[in-house]
Amino acid sequence: MTPDGDEADPNTVSERTTQRAPSDDPETRDRPSGSATMASVTETKPPSTGSSRTTSGGVGERVFRGLTTGSGLVVVAAIALIGLFLVVQAVPSLLANNANFLTSPDFNTSDAGNLRFGIRDLLAVTLLSSLMALAIAMPIGMGIALFLTQYTPARLARPFSYVIGLLAAVPSIVFGLWGILVLAPAIEPIAQFLQTYLGWFFLFAPGNLPVLTGTIFTGGIVLAIMILPIITATTREVFAQTPRFQIEAAQALGATRWEVIRMAVLPYGRSGFIAASMLGLGRALGETIAVLIVIRTATSPSHLSLFDGGATFASKIAAAASEFSQPLPTGAYIAAGLVLFVLTFVVNALARVVAGGKVNG
Amino acid sequence: MIAAGALLFSACGSDNNSGGSTQQATGVTCGGKQALKASGSTAQANAITGFVNTFEQTCNGQTVNYTASGSGAGRNEFIGGQTDFAGSDAALKSDEAQKAQARCASPALNLPLVFGPIAIAYNLQGVTDLALDGATAAKIFNGQITTWNDPAIAALNQGKNLPAAPIIVNFRSDDSGTTQNFQTYLNAASNNAYGKPSTQTFNGGVGAGARGSQGVTDATKNTPNSIGYIEASFAQKAQLPAAQIINAGGGSPVALSTDNVAKAIDAVQVTGQGNDLTLDLNSLYKTTTPGAYPIALATYEIVCTKYADPQTGTAVKAFLQTALSPQAQGTLTSGGYVPIPDAFKQRLTTSINSIS
Amino acid sequence: MSAALDAPERPAVPATFRNVSTARKVKNQAATVLVTLAFLVALVPLVWLLVSVLIKGVPAIVSADWWTRSLSGVTPDEVRGGVYHAIVGTLVQALIAGIIAVPVGILAAVYLVEYGRGRLAKITSFMVDILSGVPSIVAALFIFALFISIGGLSQSGFLVGLALVLLMLPVVIRNTEEMLQLVPDELREASYALGIPKWKTILRIVLPTALSGTVTGVMLAFARVMGETAPVLVLVGYARAINFNPFEGNQASLPLLIYTELSTNPSAAGQLRIWGGALTLILIVMVFQLAASVISRYSAISK
Repeated sequence: MTPDGDEADPNTVSERTTQRAPSDDPETRDRPSGSATMASVTETKPPSTGSSRTTSGGVGERVFRGLTTGSGLVVVAAIALIGLFLVVQAVPSLLANNANFLTSPDFNTSDAGNLRFGIRDLLAVTLLSSLMALAIAMPIGMGIALFLTQYTPARLARPFSYVIGLLAAVPSIVFGLWGILVLAPAIEPIAQFLQTYLGWFFLFAPGNLPVLTGTIFTGGIVLAIMILPIITATTREVFAQTPRFQIEAAQALGATRWEVIRMAVLPYGRSGFIAASMLGLGRALGETIAVLIVIRTATSPSHLSLFDGGATFASKIAAAASEFSQPLPTGAYIAAGLVLFVLTFVVNALARVVAGGKVNG
Repeated sequence: MIAAGALLFSACGSDNNSGGSTQQATGVTCGGKQALKASGSTAQANAITGFVNTFEQTCNGQTVNYTASGSGAGRNEFIGGQTDFAGSDAALKSDEAQKAQARCASPALNLPLVFGPIAIAYNLQGVTDLALDGATAAKIFNGQITTWNDPAIAALNQGKNLPAAPIIVNFRSDDSGTTQNFQTYLNAASNNAYGKPSTQTFNGGVGAGARGSQGVTDATKNTPNSIGYIEASFAQKAQLPAAQIINAGGGSPVALSTDNVAKAIDAVQVTGQGNDLTLDLNSLYKTTTPGAYPIALATYEIVCTKYADPQTGTAVKAFLQTALSPQAQGTLTSGGYVPIPDAFKQRLTTSINSIS
Repeated sequence: MSAALDAPERPAVPATFRNVSTARKVKNQAATVLVTLAFLVALVPLVWLLVSVLIKGVPAIVSADWWTRSLSGVTPDEVRGGVYHAIVGTLVQALIAGIIAVPVGILAAVYLVEYGRGRLAKITSFMVDILSGVPSIVAALFIFALFISIGGLSQSGFLVGLALVLLMLPVVIRNTEEMLQLVPDELREASYALGIPKWKTILRIVLPTALSGTVTGVMLAFARVMGETAPVLVLVGYARAINFNPFEGNQASLPLLIYTELSTNPSAAGQLRIWGGALTLILIVMVFQLAASVISRYSAISK
């Protein structure tokens, strides 16, 4: 990079600021993400919107207030109802279950009189594939977000982000087909290499499939591509909001562009980035059709290897969706769905804690 | 904006696809309820599509809405009275038959109307005429035979170049009637050497699962030394060779063809009483007829003998008559199904004409 | 871009950077390379995917029948008919979701920004985050459990719409919320000063100001839900004919059409419909995304 390139940075930032001039004021006060700003929202809003005025509105005010509060409650009720009805439908099947729900690798619902289902392997495959996706997508997602906010001129940043956003427009069924028919054979040599030379490590040990295509390894890569736009979109927004004075302060110290990023952008955006990654993780945990098509199922229990096959919670449910007719077997899948719901609940709650406030979905 | 768009859009679309290959059927008495509702087996969905096309051409203004929601759901919805008939990969069980009789206020009939051959497709360099018998196939799919040059396979395939490679089994990872019927065949034809339950999930304990017939087809095509079971149409379209089967009568290996499957169907025994045509699947899978290909998925239409609403009865009868017409039967081969052979068609016609 | 902006900074910068040590320079260069590489790496699957879909899908969608006909009366292996029925279903189901999710979502956002205080507001805001993470298959199972298992209804496009509501709501709420927060407080205060009650201020001043941003959020929400396969798999049957009525009978949609053709149809015509359907779906989603970005550009308050 030439010295000229280094100069482009302050240039870009100042241009961005010029564009945003009209909104500068509320933006700095009410920035949607970041822990510091969340606090300021709650602090600055009440006096400005005036809680004292709300009592004086009469009927219209009360009706409108009721409507908005009610709509807020719809969201709370939705989550509560999802939990409640999944539990209600799952309990009879859990009671009729002849295997240990938490530790059994079986998922046999063919005989309604002898249900044997457990989530051990579903959990293992779900977590392995999603965490692998996260391990790939996090660094790349951060790189893209930095590229779009710190290295690309503003007029190119918009079309570039649109291009990355296009990944989100591709239906997951297409990711699935591409993953198994195109990607899987292409990366088979890499899988072979990892298994040959790193096979002593449990993640790369031989798995429970007779083939090396359509493994958790393949699925993890496909999922990584699918969650990339989610991680990128939110992270980019947070990085773009790095306070200008921090960037300028770093520049004034003679920092290179990378040092500016390390000193100003990354510390500011870290929590937002982690929260965005958690959102991506949540999406990977629940991805259905792509996983159903890409990851092949195995007949023996999981070895906790990336070269295992198997089913995730979501793909297991979808594979059986055509035969949801008897209540007890269906309840077994609803129980699996319930665990998936709890899992994503925890991940999203963590995302919120890390971000110290709300995160964009 | 979307609403406006949708309205605008609604003005320019149509269901009219005239000029296709579908022809009007002959020998059908049209009439009765205009739109019949049915649901069930996904395995016969494409066959039903062909029948419905012919039905719409034949009986003006009449149609059938068939939902491929799975055999179990199909039977339940028929028993619950939500549908007028069901498509199912299995006949009603005895407790279901009683409930169905209560729903119909007359006995329900199991009519095996659609037969789809199942291919044991394989990917073996230089071998295109692999022969298997029931016992050998069973042992491949339950993991007792693990290499291609196993003596059991070699004995059936003398002079062929069988590699010393491990056999990779591809199976369906989703629940399906194809898996159920295939496992029933393996159990029957091997005198239970297969030894695993014949359910909608694969219980063989070997291999790698893939989603749907297309998934198994792709996996077999892309994995050397692999073998899997798929509907014949998928094997044909992917140009995968299908194993020739030595049926329970011994004799020479039988290739998968419409004629050879028809021979097995014509020889099939019926366990149902009167107009009920519930099949004795053992007689199909263990057929001893020379030249008969034994692995076929038999799927039923489940109907009432006498409908509470005669209009419904008339329409169901008209639809099933259409399905048996040469025009509708002609649509079957392109979907990988086998047209009903004449001798068996006689029995079906008698049963169908008894519906009211 | 302007020289005027560069000018004041130019004299300072070369002086500072002339003293940068080699190690720092190398690090800086390495970072630049890595970051650019990350972007390019992401483009590889994107281009690869889109090119595959284009090559296999374009032959299907260039026919006029593709956009105006259903598959009614077409046998699986005939290259005839179109996906009009599936486009209709996709739009109708999204529309149902929108009719419910848009007003509820906007009102909930108003609650969070303008009224919400204390514990309830905190819980609501938390639940919006949780809802945004609920997988579509879980949303579908919930609707299945509630309306089909317990309620005894049969499958329908309407139920798909209900499942999509759950997926749309958080997107609408978060985008609206962000826009409402950008509305300058001066506007609200000016309105209050004129003696206009708060609810009228919100309806007449705040919401209109935030309108374009809100519409952007709605467009993005539509784009998000239209490609969902899991709900249609569990909640509705596939139909080959046009059905405008989401309450009665089977209803096709593009994801369901693709899934059905993939599951049941090995013929060349089936392949054409799978990839043509995928391309059609991508085009429709892109239209919504583009609409969102165009509207946001004309936003009254810049984001």
